[in-house]
Amino acid sequence: MDIIVTGLLLGGTYALIATGLNLQYGVARIMNLANGEMLVVGGFTAFALYTGAGISPVLTLFIVAPLAYVLNWAIYRVMLRPLVKRAKSRGMLEQESILTTFGLSFTMVGLMLWIFGGSYFKYSFLARPFVLFGDNYGLNRIVAFLCAVIICGALYLWLNHSRAGMAIRAVAVSPESARLVGIDVPKLSAHAFAIGGAVTAMGGAVISTFLTLDASTGVIFTMKALIIVIMGGVGDIRGTIIAAIILGVGETLVASLINPGLTLAAAYGMFILILLFRPQGLFGRKPV
Amino acid sequence: MTARDWKNLVLGSVLLGIAALLPLTGDAYAIALGVNIAMYGVLATSWALFSGPTHYISLATAAFFGVGTYVTASGIDVLPYWALPPLAGIIGGILAGIVGLATLRLSGVYFVIFTLGLAEMIRQIVTWWQNATGHKGSYVLTDLTENHIYWQLLGVAALVYLAGWAIGRSRLGFALRIIGDDEQVASHVGINTAVSKVALFIVPGAVAAIVGAMIAPRYIYIEPSTAFTPMLSFQVVIMAMLGGTGRLWGPIVGVIPFTLLWEVISVSFPNQTTLLLGLCFLLIVYLLPNGFVGLFEKIRARALSKEAYQ
Repeated sequence: MDIIVTGLLLGGTYALIATGLNLQYGVARIMNLANGEMLVVGGFTAFALYTGAGISPVLTLFIVAPLAYVLNWAIYRVMLRPLVKRAKSRGMLEQESILTTFGLSFTMVGLMLWIFGGSYFKYSFLARPFVLFGDNYGLNRIVAFLCAVIICGALYLWLNHSRAGMAIRAVAVSPESARLVGIDVPKLSAHAFAIGGAVTAMGGAVISTFLTLDASTGVIFTMKALIIVIMGGVGDIRGTIIAAIILGVGETLVASLINPGLTLAAAYGMFILILLFRPQGLFGRKPV
Repeated sequence: MTARDWKNLVLGSVLLGIAALLPLTGDAYAIALGVNIAMYGVLATSWALFSGPTHYISLATAAFFGVGTYVTASGIDVLPYWALPPLAGIIGGILAGIVGLATLRLSGVYFVIFTLGLAEMIRQIVTWWQNATGHKGSYVLTDLTENHIYWQLLGVAALVYLAGWAIGRSRLGFALRIIGDDEQVASHVGINTAVSKVALFIVPGAVAAIVGAMIAPRYIYIEPSTAFTPMLSFQVVIMAMLGGTGRLWGPIVGVIPFTLLWEVISVSFPNQTTLLLGLCFLLIVYLLPNGFVGLFEKIRARALSKEAYQ
Protein backbone atom coordinates (compact mmCIF):
# COMPACT_ATOMS: atom_id res chain seq x y z
CA MET A 1 0.00 0.00 0.00
CA ASP A 2 2.65 2.52 0.98
CA ILE A 3 4.53 1.66 -2.23
CA ILE A 4 1.49 2.54 -4.30
CA VAL A 5 0.87 5.80 -2.45
CA THR A 6 4.54 6.81 -2.73
CA GLY A 7 4.42 5.94 -6.42
CA LEU A 8 1.24 7.96 -6.87
CA LEU A 9 2.78 10.98 -5.16
CA LEU A 10 5.88 10.71 -7.34
CA GLY A 11 3.77 10.17 -10.45
CA GLY A 12 1.91 13.42 -9.74
CA THR A 13 5.07 15.49 -10.03
CA TYR A 14 6.21 13.50 -13.06
CA ALA A 15 2.89 14.34 -14.69
CA LEU A 16 3.63 18.02 -14.22
CA ILE A 17 7.02 17.81 -15.94
CA ALA A 18 5.78 15.59 -18.75
CA THR A 19 2.79 17.86 -19.40
CA GLY A 20 5.23 20.70 -19.96
CA LEU A 21 7.19 18.64 -22.45
CA ASN A 22 4.05 17.41 -24.14
CA LEU A 23 2.88 20.97 -24.78
CA GLN A 24 6.24 21.79 -26.31
CA TYR A 25 6.39 18.70 -28.48
CA GLY A 26 2.72 18.27 -29.26
CA VAL A 27 1.93 21.86 -30.13
CA ALA A 28 5.16 23.67 -30.95
CA ARG A 29 6.61 20.49 -32.56
CA ILE A 30 9.91 20.97 -30.74
CA MET A 31 11.38 17.86 -29.16
CA ASN A 32 12.88 19.79 -26.27
CA LEU A 33 15.76 17.83 -24.79
CA ALA A 34 16.69 20.77 -22.57
CA ASN A 35 13.45 20.21 -20.68
CA GLY A 36 15.22 18.66 -17.67
CA GLU A 37 17.54 21.63 -17.40
CA MET A 38 14.57 23.98 -17.25
CA LEU A 39 13.38 21.84 -14.35
CA VAL A 40 16.73 22.16 -12.58
CA VAL A 41 16.64 25.94 -13.11
CA GLY A 42 13.21 26.00 -11.45
CA GLY A 43 14.53 23.89 -8.61
CA PHE A 44 17.59 26.07 -8.11
CA THR A 45 15.45 29.20 -8.04
CA ALA A 46 13.29 27.68 -5.33
CA PHE A 47 16.42 26.67 -3.43
CA ALA A 48 17.99 30.11 -3.71
CA LEU A 49 14.82 31.93 -2.67
CA TYR A 50 14.15 29.59 0.24
CA THR A 51 17.66 29.57 1.69
CA GLY A 52 18.39 33.20 0.77
CA ALA A 53 15.16 35.02 1.49
CA GLY A 54 13.09 32.42 3.32
CA ILE A 55 10.35 32.42 0.67
CA SER A 56 8.26 29.26 0.73
CA PRO A 57 8.63 27.09 -2.40
CA VAL A 58 4.87 27.19 -2.86
CA LEU A 59 5.03 30.96 -3.21
CA THR A 60 8.10 30.64 -5.42
CA LEU A 61 5.88 28.98 -8.02
CA PHE A 62 4.30 32.35 -8.70
CA ILE A 63 7.74 33.86 -9.30
CA VAL A 64 9.17 30.94 -11.29
CA ALA A 65 6.22 30.62 -13.66
CA PRO A 66 6.31 34.10 -15.29
CA LEU A 67 10.12 34.13 -15.40
CA ALA A 68 10.26 30.71 -17.07
CA TYR A 69 7.49 31.78 -19.44
CA VAL A 70 9.49 34.79 -20.64
CA LEU A 71 12.73 32.81 -20.85
CA ASN A 72 11.15 30.01 -22.89
CA TRP A 73 9.34 32.44 -25.13
CA ALA A 74 12.65 34.13 -25.89
CA ILE A 75 14.34 30.77 -26.53
CA TYR A 76 11.61 29.85 -28.98
CA ARG A 77 11.63 33.16 -30.81
CA VAL A 78 15.39 33.56 -31.05
CA MET A 79 16.67 30.02 -31.41
CA LEU A 80 13.90 27.73 -32.56
CA ARG A 81 11.73 29.86 -34.81
CA PRO A 82 14.49 30.11 -37.50
CA LEU A 83 14.70 26.31 -37.50
CA VAL A 84 10.94 25.95 -37.92
CA LYS A 85 11.12 28.37 -40.84
CA ARG A 86 13.97 26.67 -42.66
CA ALA A 87 12.79 23.08 -42.07
CA LYS A 88 11.46 21.41 -45.18
CA SER A 89 9.71 18.57 -43.39
CA ARG A 90 8.67 17.57 -39.93
CA GLY A 91 11.44 14.97 -39.78
CA MET A 92 14.07 17.57 -40.57
CA LEU A 93 12.73 19.91 -37.91
CA GLU A 94 12.90 17.09 -35.38
CA GLN A 95 16.53 16.39 -36.26
CA GLU A 96 17.55 20.00 -35.97
CA SER A 97 15.56 20.71 -32.85
CA ILE A 98 17.11 17.65 -31.20
CA LEU A 99 20.60 18.92 -31.94
CA THR A 100 19.79 22.48 -30.90
CA THR A 101 18.13 21.52 -27.65
CA PHE A 102 21.01 19.18 -26.83
CA GLY A 103 23.30 22.14 -27.36
CA LEU A 104 21.04 24.26 -25.18
CA SER A 105 20.93 21.58 -22.52
CA PHE A 106 24.71 21.23 -22.32
CA THR A 107 25.15 25.00 -22.39
CA MET A 108 22.73 25.37 -19.48
CA VAL A 109 24.42 22.58 -17.51
CA GLY A 110 27.79 24.19 -18.22
CA LEU A 111 26.59 27.61 -17.06
CA MET A 112 25.00 26.17 -13.92
CA LEU A 113 28.19 24.26 -13.09
CA TRP A 114 30.07 27.49 -13.53
CA ILE A 115 27.76 29.53 -11.32
CA PHE A 116 26.71 27.03 -8.67
CA GLY A 117 29.46 24.39 -8.85
CA GLY A 118 28.88 20.67 -9.03
CA SER A 119 27.57 20.13 -5.51
CA TYR A 120 24.13 18.84 -4.54
CA PHE A 121 21.36 21.18 -3.54
CA LYS A 122 19.03 20.21 -0.80
CA TYR A 123 16.99 22.16 1.65
CA SER A 124 14.57 21.09 4.27
CA PHE A 125 11.01 22.18 3.67
CA LEU A 126 8.06 20.67 5.54
CA ALA A 127 10.12 17.58 6.30
CA ARG A 128 7.54 16.37 8.78
CA PRO A 129 5.78 13.03 8.73
CA PHE A 130 2.18 12.98 7.65
CA VAL A 131 -0.03 9.99 8.40
CA LEU A 132 -2.11 8.64 5.54
CA PHE A 133 -3.87 5.26 5.64
CA GLY A 134 -1.80 4.34 8.69
CA ASP A 135 1.59 4.96 7.06
CA ASN A 136 3.98 7.89 7.31
CA TYR A 137 4.74 10.08 4.31
CA GLY A 138 6.77 13.26 4.05
CA LEU A 139 4.47 16.27 4.23
CA ASN A 140 6.54 17.92 1.48
CA ARG A 141 5.65 15.09 -0.90
CA ILE A 142 1.96 15.54 -0.18
CA VAL A 143 2.16 19.30 -0.72
CA ALA A 144 4.11 18.72 -3.94
CA PHE A 145 1.48 16.29 -5.15
CA LEU A 146 -1.32 18.75 -4.39
CA CYS A 147 0.51 21.51 -6.26
CA ALA A 148 0.92 19.19 -9.24
CA VAL A 149 -2.76 18.24 -9.17
CA ILE A 150 -3.85 21.87 -9.06
CA ILE A 151 -1.54 22.96 -11.90
CA CYS A 152 -2.35 19.96 -14.11
CA GLY A 153 -6.06 20.32 -13.42
CA ALA A 154 -6.04 24.01 -14.27
CA LEU A 155 -4.14 23.31 -17.45
CA TYR A 156 -6.52 20.53 -18.43
CA LEU A 157 -9.59 22.71 -17.87
CA TRP A 158 -8.03 25.61 -19.72
CA LEU A 159 -7.08 23.47 -22.71
CA ASN A 160 -10.45 21.77 -22.96
CA HIS A 161 -12.86 24.52 -22.00
CA SER A 162 -11.49 27.82 -23.26
CA ARG A 163 -11.20 29.39 -26.65
CA ALA A 164 -7.40 29.77 -26.44
CA GLY A 165 -7.13 26.17 -25.29
CA MET A 166 -9.16 25.01 -28.26
CA ALA A 167 -6.89 26.94 -30.62
CA ILE A 168 -3.86 25.24 -29.04
CA ARG A 169 -5.46 21.83 -29.45
CA ALA A 170 -6.20 22.67 -33.06
CA VAL A 171 -2.54 23.44 -33.72
CA ALA A 172 -1.58 20.18 -32.03
CA VAL A 173 -3.84 18.23 -34.38
CA SER A 174 -2.88 19.97 -37.60
CA PRO A 175 -0.90 23.19 -37.96
CA GLU A 176 -1.81 23.55 -41.65
CA SER A 177 -5.56 23.35 -41.10
CA ALA A 178 -5.35 25.54 -38.00
CA ARG A 179 -3.98 28.31 -40.21
CA LEU A 180 -6.96 28.00 -42.53
CA VAL A 181 -9.42 28.80 -39.77
CA GLY A 182 -7.56 31.95 -38.82
CA ILE A 183 -5.28 30.76 -36.01
CA ASP A 184 -1.94 32.52 -35.80
CA VAL A 185 0.16 29.34 -35.65
CA PRO A 186 3.63 30.87 -35.07
CA LYS A 187 2.36 33.04 -32.25
CA LEU A 188 0.46 30.20 -30.63
CA SER A 189 3.40 27.82 -30.98
CA ALA A 190 5.63 30.28 -29.13
CA HIS A 191 2.92 30.64 -26.52
CA ALA A 192 2.58 26.86 -26.07
CA PHE A 193 6.34 26.40 -25.90
CA ALA A 194 6.58 29.10 -23.23
CA ILE A 195 3.72 27.65 -21.18
CA GLY A 196 5.30 24.21 -21.44
CA GLY A 197 8.59 25.60 -20.16
CA ALA A 198 6.83 27.41 -17.32
CA VAL A 199 4.99 24.24 -16.28
CA THR A 200 8.26 22.27 -16.28
CA ALA A 201 10.05 24.94 -14.24
CA MET A 202 7.20 24.88 -11.72
CA GLY A 203 7.59 21.11 -11.63
CA GLY A 204 11.25 21.69 -10.81
CA ALA A 205 10.43 24.03 -7.95
CA VAL A 206 7.95 21.47 -6.61
CA ILE A 207 10.35 18.53 -6.96
CA SER A 208 13.18 20.39 -5.24
CA THR A 209 11.20 20.29 -1.99
CA PHE A 210 11.75 16.54 -1.63
CA LEU A 211 14.48 15.46 -4.07
CA THR A 212 18.15 16.42 -4.16
CA LEU A 213 19.16 18.15 -7.36
CA ASP A 214 22.50 19.04 -8.87
CA ALA A 215 23.45 20.88 -12.03
CA SER A 216 23.61 17.74 -14.17
CA THR A 217 20.54 15.77 -13.01
CA GLY A 218 18.38 17.36 -15.68
CA VAL A 219 18.93 14.66 -18.29
CA ILE A 220 17.42 11.95 -16.08
CA PHE A 221 14.20 13.94 -15.82
CA THR A 222 14.26 14.63 -19.55
CA MET A 223 14.44 10.88 -20.16
CA LYS A 224 11.56 10.15 -17.84
CA ALA A 225 9.44 12.93 -19.26
CA LEU A 226 10.09 11.69 -22.80
CA ILE A 227 9.13 8.15 -21.88
CA ILE A 228 5.93 9.42 -20.24
CA VAL A 229 5.00 11.56 -23.23
CA ILE A 230 5.49 8.67 -25.63
CA MET A 231 3.65 6.27 -23.35
CA GLY A 232 0.72 8.63 -22.92
CA GLY A 233 0.58 9.75 -26.52
CA VAL A 234 1.84 13.01 -28.00
CA GLY A 235 -0.54 15.91 -27.45
CA ASP A 236 -2.73 14.01 -24.98
CA ILE A 237 -2.76 15.53 -21.46
CA ARG A 238 -4.98 12.82 -20.00
CA GLY A 239 -2.72 10.07 -21.36
CA THR A 240 0.33 11.89 -19.99
CA ILE A 241 -1.13 12.00 -16.49
CA ILE A 242 -2.01 8.31 -16.51
CA ALA A 243 1.37 7.34 -17.97
CA ALA A 244 3.15 9.47 -15.35
CA ILE A 245 1.32 7.67 -12.57
CA ILE A 246 2.13 4.27 -14.11
CA LEU A 247 5.79 5.26 -14.31
CA GLY A 248 5.82 6.64 -10.77
CA VAL A 249 4.25 3.50 -9.30
CA GLY A 250 6.35 1.16 -11.46
CA GLU A 251 9.56 2.90 -10.48
CA THR A 252 8.71 2.87 -6.80
CA LEU A 253 7.85 -0.83 -7.03
CA VAL A 254 11.21 -1.68 -8.59
CA ALA A 255 13.10 0.64 -6.24
CA SER A 256 11.59 -0.82 -3.09
CA LEU A 257 11.28 -4.48 -4.11
CA ILE A 258 14.46 -5.02 -6.15
CA ASN A 259 16.99 -2.19 -5.93
CA PRO A 260 16.81 1.63 -5.83
CA GLY A 261 19.62 1.79 -8.42
CA LEU A 262 17.39 0.31 -11.09
CA THR A 263 14.79 3.09 -11.47
CA LEU A 264 15.90 4.12 -14.94
CA ALA A 265 16.12 0.51 -16.03
CA ALA A 266 12.51 0.10 -14.88
CA ALA A 267 11.41 3.14 -16.86
CA TYR A 268 13.26 1.71 -19.83
CA GLY A 269 11.56 -1.64 -19.50
CA MET A 270 8.19 0.10 -19.80
CA PHE A 271 9.47 2.15 -22.72
CA ILE A 272 10.52 -0.99 -24.61
CA LEU A 273 7.11 -2.58 -24.03
CA ILE A 274 5.38 0.54 -25.34
CA LEU A 275 7.65 0.70 -28.39
CA LEU A 276 7.02 -2.93 -29.19
CA PHE A 277 3.29 -3.09 -28.61
CA ARG A 278 1.73 0.38 -28.61
CA PRO A 279 4.08 2.86 -30.32
CA GLN A 280 1.19 5.28 -30.80
CA GLY A 281 0.78 5.64 -27.01
CA LEU A 282 -1.63 4.09 -24.55
CA PHE A 283 -4.67 5.95 -25.87
CA GLY A 284 -3.46 6.84 -29.33
CA ARG A 285 -5.22 5.52 -32.37
CA LYS A 286 -3.30 3.42 -34.87
CA PRO A 287 -2.20 5.54 -37.82
CA VAL A 288 -4.20 4.57 -40.89
CA MET B 1 37.57 0.04 -59.53
CA THR B 2 38.24 3.25 -61.36
CA ALA B 3 41.51 5.16 -61.53
CA ARG B 4 40.14 7.57 -58.93
CA ASP B 5 39.42 4.73 -56.51
CA TRP B 6 42.99 3.50 -56.88
CA LYS B 7 44.29 6.99 -56.24
CA ASN B 8 42.17 7.32 -53.07
CA LEU B 9 43.25 3.87 -51.91
CA VAL B 10 46.95 4.69 -52.32
CA LEU B 11 46.52 8.11 -50.70
CA GLY B 12 44.62 6.57 -47.76
CA SER B 13 47.22 3.85 -47.22
CA VAL B 14 50.06 6.37 -47.33
CA LEU B 15 48.32 8.58 -44.74
CA LEU B 16 47.63 5.61 -42.47
CA GLY B 17 51.24 4.48 -42.92
CA ILE B 18 52.49 7.90 -41.83
CA ALA B 19 50.12 7.87 -38.87
CA ALA B 20 51.47 4.43 -37.89
CA LEU B 21 54.95 5.94 -37.50
CA LEU B 22 53.86 8.15 -34.57
CA PRO B 23 55.00 5.75 -31.79
CA LEU B 24 58.53 5.89 -33.21
CA THR B 25 58.83 9.44 -31.86
CA GLY B 26 58.80 7.95 -28.37
CA ASP B 27 56.93 11.00 -27.03
CA ALA B 28 54.52 9.52 -24.48
CA TYR B 29 52.19 12.54 -24.51
CA ALA B 30 51.92 12.54 -28.31
CA ILE B 31 51.20 8.81 -28.32
CA ALA B 32 48.50 9.15 -25.66
CA LEU B 33 46.92 11.91 -27.74
CA GLY B 34 47.30 9.72 -30.82
CA VAL B 35 45.40 6.91 -29.11
CA ASN B 36 42.59 9.36 -28.30
CA ILE B 37 42.44 10.65 -31.85
CA ALA B 38 42.51 7.13 -33.30
CA MET B 39 39.78 6.01 -30.91
CA TYR B 40 37.48 8.95 -31.62
CA GLY B 41 38.34 8.76 -35.31
CA VAL B 42 37.20 5.15 -35.55
CA LEU B 43 34.09 5.79 -33.45
CA ALA B 44 33.06 8.94 -35.32
CA THR B 45 33.69 7.45 -38.78
CA SER B 46 31.69 4.32 -38.04
CA TRP B 47 28.97 6.46 -36.45
CA ALA B 48 28.72 8.52 -39.64
CA LEU B 49 28.37 5.37 -41.76
CA PHE B 50 24.90 4.91 -40.32
CA SER B 51 23.85 8.35 -39.11
CA GLY B 52 25.28 10.27 -42.07
CA PRO B 53 23.01 8.95 -44.82
CA THR B 54 19.95 8.19 -42.66
CA HIS B 55 20.05 11.35 -40.43
CA TYR B 56 19.17 9.17 -37.44
CA ILE B 57 21.21 10.52 -34.54
CA SER B 58 22.51 7.57 -32.57
CA LEU B 59 23.57 8.19 -28.97
CA ALA B 60 24.32 4.55 -28.28
CA THR B 61 28.10 4.70 -28.81
CA ALA B 62 28.83 4.76 -25.08
CA ALA B 63 26.62 1.72 -24.51
CA PHE B 64 28.36 -0.43 -27.13
CA PHE B 65 31.77 0.86 -26.07
CA GLY B 66 31.04 -0.05 -22.46
CA VAL B 67 29.84 -3.50 -23.44
CA GLY B 68 33.12 -3.96 -25.32
CA THR B 69 35.24 -2.96 -22.31
CA TYR B 70 33.26 -5.40 -20.19
CA VAL B 71 33.87 -8.20 -22.66
CA THR B 72 37.60 -7.68 -22.16
CA ALA B 73 37.24 -7.19 -18.41
CA SER B 74 35.34 -10.40 -17.85
CA GLY B 75 36.99 -12.51 -20.55
CA ILE B 76 40.68 -11.68 -20.02
CA ASP B 77 41.20 -14.46 -17.47
CA VAL B 78 39.46 -17.07 -19.57
CA LEU B 79 40.35 -16.36 -23.19
CA PRO B 80 43.49 -15.13 -24.94
CA TYR B 81 43.42 -11.37 -25.60
CA TRP B 82 43.32 -11.64 -29.39
CA ALA B 83 39.95 -13.42 -29.23
CA LEU B 84 38.29 -10.66 -27.22
CA PRO B 85 37.90 -7.75 -29.68
CA PRO B 86 36.23 -9.97 -32.31
CA LEU B 87 34.00 -11.45 -29.62
CA ALA B 88 33.11 -7.93 -28.45
CA GLY B 89 32.32 -7.05 -32.06
CA ILE B 90 29.89 -9.95 -32.32
CA ILE B 91 28.18 -9.12 -29.02
CA GLY B 92 28.01 -5.41 -29.88
CA GLY B 93 26.57 -6.26 -33.29
CA ILE B 94 23.88 -8.48 -31.80
CA LEU B 95 22.97 -5.81 -29.24
CA ALA B 96 22.78 -3.19 -32.00
CA GLY B 97 20.56 -5.52 -33.98
CA ILE B 98 18.16 -5.90 -31.06
CA VAL B 99 18.09 -2.15 -30.38
CA GLY B 100 17.57 -1.51 -34.07
CA LEU B 101 14.73 -3.99 -34.34
CA ALA B 102 12.94 -2.41 -31.38
CA THR B 103 13.29 1.22 -32.47
CA LEU B 104 14.16 1.62 -36.12
CA ARG B 105 10.74 0.56 -37.35
CA LEU B 106 9.46 3.80 -35.82
CA SER B 107 10.27 7.44 -36.43
CA GLY B 108 13.64 9.00 -35.69
CA VAL B 109 12.67 10.60 -32.40
CA TYR B 110 12.00 7.27 -30.73
CA PHE B 111 15.39 6.05 -31.83
CA VAL B 112 17.21 9.11 -30.44
CA ILE B 113 15.41 8.89 -27.11
CA PHE B 114 16.02 5.19 -26.80
CA THR B 115 19.73 5.42 -27.54
CA LEU B 116 20.03 8.43 -25.21
CA GLY B 117 19.35 6.36 -22.12
CA LEU B 118 20.73 3.01 -23.29
CA ALA B 119 24.22 3.45 -21.77
CA GLU B 120 22.76 4.57 -18.46
CA MET B 121 20.36 1.63 -18.39
CA ILE B 122 23.09 -0.93 -19.08
CA ARG B 123 25.28 0.77 -16.47
CA GLN B 124 22.52 0.44 -13.86
CA ILE B 125 22.03 -3.23 -14.68
CA VAL B 126 25.77 -4.00 -14.59
CA THR B 127 26.16 -2.15 -11.28
CA TRP B 128 23.20 -3.98 -9.82
CA TRP B 129 24.45 -7.34 -11.03
CA GLN B 130 27.92 -6.67 -9.63
CA ASN B 131 26.49 -5.67 -6.28
CA ALA B 132 24.26 -8.73 -6.26
CA THR B 133 27.13 -11.09 -7.03
CA GLY B 134 29.43 -9.25 -4.65
CA HIS B 135 32.32 -8.05 -6.78
CA LYS B 136 32.97 -4.40 -7.58
CA GLY B 137 35.31 -3.76 -10.49
CA SER B 138 37.72 -5.96 -12.36
CA TYR B 139 41.36 -5.64 -13.32
CA VAL B 140 42.58 -5.96 -16.88
CA LEU B 141 46.28 -6.72 -16.65
CA THR B 142 48.04 -7.24 -19.97
CA ASP B 143 51.48 -6.46 -21.29
CA LEU B 144 50.00 -4.32 -24.06
CA THR B 145 51.44 -0.81 -24.23
CA GLU B 146 49.92 2.38 -25.59
CA ASN B 147 51.78 1.68 -28.85
CA HIS B 148 50.03 -1.64 -29.30
CA ILE B 149 46.64 -0.09 -28.62
CA TYR B 150 47.42 2.66 -31.09
CA TRP B 151 48.38 0.23 -33.87
CA GLN B 152 45.35 -1.95 -33.22
CA LEU B 153 43.07 1.10 -33.51
CA LEU B 154 44.74 2.12 -36.76
CA GLY B 155 44.07 -1.38 -38.06
CA VAL B 156 40.39 -1.04 -37.16
CA ALA B 157 40.37 2.41 -38.78
CA ALA B 158 41.63 0.87 -42.03
CA LEU B 159 38.88 -1.75 -41.88
CA VAL B 160 36.21 0.89 -41.16
CA TYR B 161 37.32 2.99 -44.11
CA LEU B 162 37.30 -0.03 -46.41
CA ALA B 163 33.88 -1.06 -45.13
CA GLY B 164 32.59 2.49 -45.58
CA TRP B 165 33.92 2.60 -49.11
CA ALA B 166 32.32 -0.76 -49.94
CA ILE B 167 28.98 0.17 -48.36
CA GLY B 168 28.93 3.48 -50.23
CA ARG B 169 29.09 1.56 -53.50
CA SER B 170 26.72 -1.24 -52.54
CA ARG B 171 22.97 -1.53 -52.97
CA LEU B 172 22.62 -1.17 -49.21
CA GLY B 173 24.42 2.18 -49.17
CA PHE B 174 22.32 3.42 -52.06
CA ALA B 175 19.13 2.30 -50.32
CA LEU B 176 20.12 4.16 -47.15
CA ARG B 177 20.78 7.39 -49.00
CA ILE B 178 17.29 7.16 -50.47
CA ILE B 179 15.85 6.50 -47.01
CA GLY B 180 17.69 9.54 -45.69
CA ASP B 181 16.29 11.74 -48.45
CA ASP B 182 12.72 10.52 -48.21
CA GLU B 183 11.66 7.45 -46.35
CA GLN B 184 8.29 7.27 -48.07
CA VAL B 185 9.84 7.27 -51.51
CA ALA B 186 12.22 4.57 -50.36
CA SER B 187 9.44 2.26 -49.25
CA HIS B 188 7.49 2.98 -52.44
CA VAL B 189 10.35 1.89 -54.69
CA GLY B 190 10.45 -1.38 -52.82
CA ILE B 191 13.22 -0.90 -50.26
CA ASN B 192 12.67 -2.77 -47.05
CA THR B 193 13.51 0.29 -44.95
CA ALA B 194 13.52 -1.38 -41.54
CA VAL B 195 15.83 -4.22 -42.60
CA SER B 196 18.26 -1.86 -44.36
CA LYS B 197 18.46 0.45 -41.35
CA VAL B 198 18.97 -2.37 -38.86
CA ALA B 199 21.60 -3.99 -41.09
CA LEU B 200 23.66 -0.84 -41.22
CA PHE B 201 23.14 0.07 -37.58
CA ILE B 202 24.95 -3.15 -36.66
CA VAL B 203 28.20 -1.73 -38.11
CA PRO B 204 28.75 1.17 -35.64
CA GLY B 205 27.52 -1.06 -32.81
CA ALA B 206 30.10 -3.74 -33.54
CA VAL B 207 32.89 -1.23 -34.16
CA ALA B 208 32.24 0.67 -30.92
CA ALA B 209 32.31 -2.60 -28.97
CA ILE B 210 35.60 -3.61 -30.63
CA VAL B 211 37.12 -0.22 -29.77
CA GLY B 212 35.91 -0.58 -26.19
CA ALA B 213 37.49 -4.02 -25.95
CA MET B 214 40.79 -2.64 -27.25
CA ILE B 215 40.82 0.39 -24.96
CA ALA B 216 40.08 -1.70 -21.83
CA PRO B 217 43.76 -2.59 -21.15
CA ARG B 218 44.46 1.14 -21.01
CA TYR B 219 42.07 1.64 -18.08
CA ILE B 220 43.56 -1.30 -16.12
CA TYR B 221 40.77 -1.11 -13.52
CA ILE B 222 37.26 -1.26 -14.92
CA GLU B 223 34.06 -0.30 -13.17
CA PRO B 224 30.66 0.65 -14.61
CA SER B 225 31.12 4.41 -14.27
CA THR B 226 34.36 4.40 -16.31
CA ALA B 227 33.09 1.99 -18.95
CA PHE B 228 29.73 3.67 -19.59
CA THR B 229 30.41 7.42 -19.76
CA PRO B 230 27.39 9.01 -21.48
CA MET B 231 29.59 11.93 -22.53
CA LEU B 232 31.36 9.66 -25.04
CA SER B 233 28.26 9.35 -27.21
CA PHE B 234 27.89 13.11 -27.42
CA GLN B 235 31.56 13.69 -28.15
CA VAL B 236 31.36 11.25 -31.05
CA VAL B 237 28.25 12.94 -32.47
CA ILE B 238 29.84 16.39 -32.20
CA MET B 239 33.10 15.34 -33.80
CA ALA B 240 31.44 13.57 -36.69
CA MET B 241 29.06 16.45 -37.38
CA LEU B 242 31.75 19.07 -36.97
CA GLY B 243 33.77 17.33 -39.66
CA GLY B 244 30.78 16.55 -41.82
CA THR B 245 29.02 13.27 -42.38
CA GLY B 246 28.59 13.60 -46.12
CA ARG B 247 32.04 12.22 -46.93
CA LEU B 248 33.91 9.21 -45.62
CA TRP B 249 36.88 11.39 -44.64
CA GLY B 250 34.65 14.03 -43.01
CA PRO B 251 34.53 12.82 -39.40
CA ILE B 252 38.31 12.64 -38.97
CA VAL B 253 38.53 16.30 -40.01
CA GLY B 254 36.34 17.08 -37.01
CA VAL B 255 37.98 14.59 -34.65
CA ILE B 256 41.50 16.04 -34.77
CA PRO B 257 40.74 19.69 -33.88
CA PHE B 258 38.03 18.74 -31.39
CA THR B 259 40.22 16.25 -29.52
CA LEU B 260 43.00 18.83 -29.26
CA LEU B 261 40.57 21.53 -28.12
CA TRP B 262 38.99 19.14 -25.60
CA GLU B 263 42.45 18.33 -24.27
CA VAL B 264 43.27 22.03 -23.79
CA ILE B 265 39.93 22.84 -22.17
CA SER B 266 39.92 19.87 -19.82
CA VAL B 267 43.45 20.68 -18.64
CA SER B 268 42.94 24.39 -18.01
CA PHE B 269 39.18 24.62 -17.33
CA PRO B 270 38.06 21.14 -16.24
CA ASN B 271 34.56 22.34 -15.37
CA GLN B 272 33.83 23.96 -18.72
CA THR B 273 33.87 20.86 -20.93
CA THR B 274 30.09 20.58 -20.79
CA LEU B 275 29.72 24.19 -21.84
CA LEU B 276 32.12 23.56 -24.72
CA LEU B 277 30.05 20.61 -25.86
CA GLY B 278 26.86 22.68 -25.76
CA LEU B 279 28.34 25.58 -27.67
CA CYS B 280 29.70 23.22 -30.34
CA PHE B 281 26.24 21.73 -30.86
CA LEU B 282 24.80 25.22 -31.35
CA LEU B 283 27.68 26.15 -33.65
CA ILE B 284 26.96 23.16 -35.86
CA VAL B 285 23.23 23.83 -36.14
CA TYR B 286 23.47 27.55 -36.82
CA LEU B 287 26.77 28.06 -38.61
CA LEU B 288 28.12 24.76 -39.92
CA PRO B 289 25.12 22.60 -40.83
CA ASN B 290 27.27 20.36 -43.05
CA GLY B 291 30.45 20.54 -41.03
CA PHE B 292 33.90 21.46 -42.28
CA VAL B 293 33.34 19.27 -45.35
CA GLY B 294 30.27 21.29 -46.30
CA LEU B 295 32.15 24.54 -45.75
CA PHE B 296 35.06 23.32 -47.84
CA GLU B 297 32.80 22.24 -50.67
CA LYS B 298 30.92 25.52 -50.61
CA ILE B 299 34.16 27.47 -50.92
CA ARG B 300 35.34 25.21 -53.73
CA ALA B 301 32.05 25.53 -55.58
CA ARG B 302 32.24 29.30 -55.28
CA ALA B 303 35.82 29.30 -56.58
CA LEU B 304 34.83 27.09 -59.49
CA SER B 305 31.85 29.24 -60.47
CA LYS B 306 34.06 32.33 -60.31
CA GLU B 307 36.50 30.68 -62.69
CA ALA B 308 33.68 29.82 -65.03
CA TYR B 309 32.61 33.46 -65.31
CA GLN B 310 36.07 34.76 -66.16
